Amino acid sequence: MIAATPPVIPNYGTAHGCIANDNALFCTTWIRQHWHDTLAPAIVQHLWLTAIAVGIGFAIAFLAALVAHRYGFLAAPFGVFSAFLYTIPSIALFQLLVPVTGITVTTIEIGLVGYTLLILFRNTLAGLRSAPPEVLEAARGMGLTRMQILRRVELPLALPAISAGIRIAVVTTISLATVAAYITPYGLGKPIFDGLQINYRTEYVVAGLLAISLALLADAVLVVAQRRLTPWARRRATG
Amino acid sequence: MALSATDSAAEIVFDRATKRYPGRPQPAVNELSLTIPAGEICVLVGPSGGGKTTAMKMVNRLISITEGDITIDGTSVRSLDLTDLRRGIGYVIQQVGLFPHLTVGDNIGTVPRLLGWPKKRIRASAAELLELVGLEASDASRYPGQLSGGQRQRVGLARALAANPPLMLMDEPFGAIDPITRERLQDEFLRLHREFRKTVIFVTHDIDEAIKMGDRIAILHQGGILAQYDTPDEILAHPADEFVERFVGADRGLKRLSLRRLRDVELEPAGDAGSDAPRMPASTTLHDALSRMLTEGAHEVVAVDKDDEPMGMLSLRRISDLLQERITA
Repeated sequence: MIAATPPVIPNYGTAHGCIANDNALFCTTWIRQHWHDTLAPAIVQHLWLTAIAVGIGFAIAFLAALVAHRYGFLAAPFGVFSAFLYTIPSIALFQLLVPVTGITVTTIEIGLVGYTLLILFRNTLAGLRSAPPEVLEAARGMGLTRMQILRRVELPLALPAISAGIRIAVVTTISLATVAAYITPYGLGKPIFDGLQINYRTEYVVAGLLAISLALLADAVLVVAQRRLTPWARRRATG
Repeated sequence: MALSATDSAAEIVFDRATKRYPGRPQPAVNELSLTIPAGEICVLVGPSGGGKTTAMKMVNRLISITEGDITIDGTSVRSLDLTDLRRGIGYVIQQVGLFPHLTVGDNIGTVPRLLGWPKKRIRASAAELLELVGLEASDASRYPGQLSGGQRQRVGLARALAANPPLMLMDEPFGAIDPITRERLQDEFLRLHREFRKTVIFVTHDIDEAIKMGDRIAILHQGGILAQYDTPDEILAHPADEFVERFVGADRGLKRLSLRRLRDVELEPAGDAGSDAPRMPASTTLHDALSRMLTEGAHEVVAVDKDDEPMGMLSLRRISDLLQERITA
């Protein structure tokens, strides 16, 4: 039984105190000992994974949405394709990519980017299409060119929808990136899988809590950024 | 000064302008020919399906012209670059269409910015325009979402005037505003127009608004056919056909009375008036004077000047005579 055989923690040398004895949910000694060599680097890696995935995903989705906004008939095929990517079970997708890109961070990023496309594409396109018809008519009537209407009217008015999409993409990517560590040990997923493998509770509980905190924190930062970028929406709500 | 009376207005000529949509047998606008003298307000009015908005949008080519032509001071709108054409025409629509993400000041500065005016001049002209349309210069920093419907249309008007265009197109500009505010905006617009004298093409479905606002009225009926183009008084006095007669209403005689004020007509000596005759300012319309006589059972009213001194009197009999005679503009 577990109680008879104290957990073996091969990665972390000699176990003592709460580590050796009771497999605690939250062993502060372990957290202190392994903050610098395990948890802090994992957080940094995780942030990079997310930032790159959402960054590349947004670049692709934004261009696709601009094209679909200009050529409406492309909106449906683009939407279906991004929805298709989204439906592939994540572990299967990561596994399928391994023969092509190997056990690398690239494999993770390709998968994560694929999952951001649906929400980012849909929200950006919906945002671009959200400009009221009378606003567009006034813009045309005043002699704004198509590019000026896009840049000065449609894009600013799309900002709330775009940032709502980015928020969802960031939060889901932070969560999904932990699963990706099943293939390539990287980010906060690594201590979670390590902890699960050796049945050491503190390690996966703490890493999991850190992933949750990261998601909440990122969301809060993005909300503040959105309010800064769209002062008209805020004033309307209060005024 | 952003606007002044010396600024040129443009003469607009519709020359058999026609709009046909593919697959539809009847044109939306059918060989419309009319000349709008520079500085006048021309109201396009008629039932829906009459093509009045279509005719207006053919001027700034939001709708393309199928046949015929429209010229601004002799230059065909078809020969002008689309953006240059539109930047030179003030455009006001019923739903206003202010940019919700821009402040009132930036909304007003839209066309000047496109034209490359220096920032200082844009700001100064926005402040001046805001005061001109009855708002405060400090409103420049507010967002459209913080304004009432009437305030928004005032900003829409200021935005259309910003680059001082010689021509303005107004598509039911006061149609979505409550009656009291609408009347105030109409009066203020007429006052403004007396100052800046731009050529205005004004679309409405409301004959009363057309009579009030128009120097000339073009009545269009189904299929975009011009039924009559004349001054409000001529249209009310001599409707061209049965359609126009029905459209202006059975009370066209009374409507004519609202076009003239006590000071506009030859008054009889005030001394002949009864001592209990109502006294009304000289700016009162004959329509309101008649209404006052009828409600008070009086046979005449006395017109008074600003100092409340009697200028003369107007009798019921004289009103009736005035309606008989052909009024020359």
